[in-house]
Amino acid sequence: MTLDAIISQYRDVEGGLIEALHAIDNEYRCIPESALSKLAEAFDVPVAKVYGVATFYAKFKVGERGSNLIRVCESAPCHNAGAALVLAAIESNLGIKAGETTADGRFTLELTECVGCCNESPTITINEVPYTKLTPEKVPELLSKFR
Amino acid sequence: MSIFEMLFGKKEKTNEINVQVHEKPVKEEVATTQETSRFEKKAKRSEHKMGMVTLTIDGRKVKAPEGATILEAAKIVGINIPTLCYHPDQSIKAACRVCVVEVEGARLLQAACSQPVFDGMVVKTTTPAVREARRVVLELILAHHPQDCLNCIRNQNCELQRLAEEYNIRSNRFEIVNKGLPIDDFSPAIHRDPNKCIVCGRCIEVCEQVQTATVYSKNQRGYKTVVAPVMNKSLNEVACIACGQCIHACPVGAIFEKDDTENVWSAIADPNKHVVCQMAPAVRAGLGEEFGMAPGELDMGKIVAALRQIGFDKVFHTNFSADLTIMEEGNELLQRLQNGGTLPMITSCSPGWIKFIEHFYPDLLDHLSTCKSPQQMFGALVKTYYPEKAGIEPASIYSVSFMPCTAKKYECQRPEMADSGYQDVDVVITSRELARMIKEAGIDVANIEPEEFDAPMGLYTGAAVIFGATGGVMEAALRTVYEVVTGETLQDINFTMVRGMEGIKEATVKVGDLDVKVAIAHTTGNARKLLDKIRAGEADYHFIEVMACPGGCIGGGGQPIPTTNAIREARIAAIYEEDASLPIRKSHENPAIKELYDTFLEKPLGHKSHHLLHTHYTARSKYPYEKKD
Repeated sequence: MTLDAIISQYRDVEGGLIEALHAIDNEYRCIPESALSKLAEAFDVPVAKVYGVATFYAKFKVGERGSNLIRVCESAPCHNAGAALVLAAIESNLGIKAGETTADGRFTLELTECVGCCNESPTITINEVPYTKLTPEKVPELLSKFR
Repeated sequence: MSIFEMLFGKKEKTNEINVQVHEKPVKEEVATTQETSRFEKKAKRSEHKMGMVTLTIDGRKVKAPEGATILEAAKIVGINIPTLCYHPDQSIKAACRVCVVEVEGARLLQAACSQPVFDGMVVKTTTPAVREARRVVLELILAHHPQDCLNCIRNQNCELQRLAEEYNIRSNRFEIVNKGLPIDDFSPAIHRDPNKCIVCGRCIEVCEQVQTATVYSKNQRGYKTVVAPVMNKSLNEVACIACGQCIHACPVGAIFEKDDTENVWSAIADPNKHVVCQMAPAVRAGLGEEFGMAPGELDMGKIVAALRQIGFDKVFHTNFSADLTIMEEGNELLQRLQNGGTLPMITSCSPGWIKFIEHFYPDLLDHLSTCKSPQQMFGALVKTYYPEKAGIEPASIYSVSFMPCTAKKYECQRPEMADSGYQDVDVVITSRELARMIKEAGIDVANIEPEEFDAPMGLYTGAAVIFGATGGVMEAALRTVYEVVTGETLQDINFTMVRGMEGIKEATVKVGDLDVKVAIAHTTGNARKLLDKIRAGEADYHFIEVMACPGGCIGGGGQPIPTTNAIREARIAAIYEEDASLPIRKSHENPAIKELYDTFLEKPLGHKSHHLLHTHYTARSKYPYEKKD
């Protein structure tokens, strides 16, 4: 579906901006830059505000993402269970920092709020699938499945 | 009264200026909710309801109107609670927490800026818990702020630095974090250093609520929150109107003018350059504040003398071309009235306003007068008329302009502003930069012997002076149009109904057989309301004046910091005093302008005028950074 087609579904919905952002994210796996001014026009809000809303939520990413999306939970239980070490292992394995995409476009690494697997922390998700009780040692093998 | 006292208050009665007050601080017109006046308003309202409450602040009994905040009540007994995100012209944010106080019975410390008082309330403002909380807040903010105040453009004029000093902060218990964000220095007018931003939100509010350009938003969240334009674009890439009101809103040095003073010093040092300057009327009204004087206190002649001392070859005045603007614009209006041209005609002096309509209402550009701004009229003449008269090579002329305005820096670089065959105005220097130059030159501006402007482009009338205040261009135009059309002399040349800080002013003036309907708007937020009326076909005005900045040019983005609405009112008063003091107060009676037409331009709207003094506009997008398909 085109951006215009998606946005027009939510144009008249109260608070439709967030709904439209979700729908765009589902379709495109990101919020393309070109969506911002279309959203601003549809909902009659300044484009700076659209960008502010879109960047407030960890789920949305304005700009392109790689073909595999890795999210590392940074909430307290995962933090206590060593999420920082897992994150460092992923960063060094991929050669990128959180928020970046690998040069080959294969991986995007992001941080996220709680994904609801606190009992098996630390948790990451890859393409929305959770991988739990991770350690730095388990990282290379896990990532190799997606190369 | 010092400027700091006017802004922050030191005495019980901080505001001796008669401020017009509005119910709602935002959206409707320019909010003049200077702290004490809002308080007085509340006081008046509650007298009807007998809603006075008695509370105790630091052991002292205070009578305050119901609905007043602790901050306002404390001021009555001379207690200044520190603030940072608070701004006298803005809504209450209660974001920074530096104003916290202890309220008996409350579990937590309360923000004094937002907490209303109640009967029997007991407030303590200097308990160990309060002092410690404020220190923590300050240290946390300072830990996320660069430590090199010495190199900052706001050194000694920074609200955060001042609080750090007042709270005797000599060390920081937290780790100092360098955010490492890139500085945006692409705009010809306004630069941003987001590393210095304390995320108070004041620039966002003025840009969104007052100007409705809405360039900024809070992006990301938590510690990573950055105030920036969409996709962290440069101000140069988005629909920023370069008005610089965000600079006045900023408590620190995160937003500031592009400093061009070095270019001027170089030109002055170059023996092959003939350096001339013009100065806008609003500059004088504010400049003295940089030297500790009251608005308007600094004598014009002393500024002239200082400029000669700095090394300018000729010191001229933008007022000369303001008078010229009235001749051209007045005749343009008459022509449109007679020939069925596009009405209402809207003034075009304010470059921030021009950029606003180009970005947001490009379909209405035909309503703009084709007259260049006084600055650019002057620029075109100072490299044509002046060298011809003075026998100077135009190529050797370096033209400097002293303006209250940041958008003028952008305007002088517009590609069409080169009708003299050169860039008409080489560099624009704001009031703040001019003050820096005078200070660097070591000139004691308070005590220097006053001097006169140079002829011919330094001669002006009172009509030109009032260009600096909202309604001034309209009043100047009415003085001339009335007399030119009717052939009669005005009984009273003071059109007081077009003066003052009201957001949108309307008036009908009988000129001969015609009832001329006029409107005046200041701030682009108010201009937007008029433009919406025009779009809807509901505007039956003939002539509209728009100035982008609150209060007009005297409140421009290049004026001394602080600039608040209370200070704007004082500068406006200075402008009208100057007008009243001048022997000639109508543009068409300026002898230098008569000579200009007789010996060079021939007639208003003539061939030469058309070439040098009139311009065209560019339709722009709300999303100028987007590539066209």
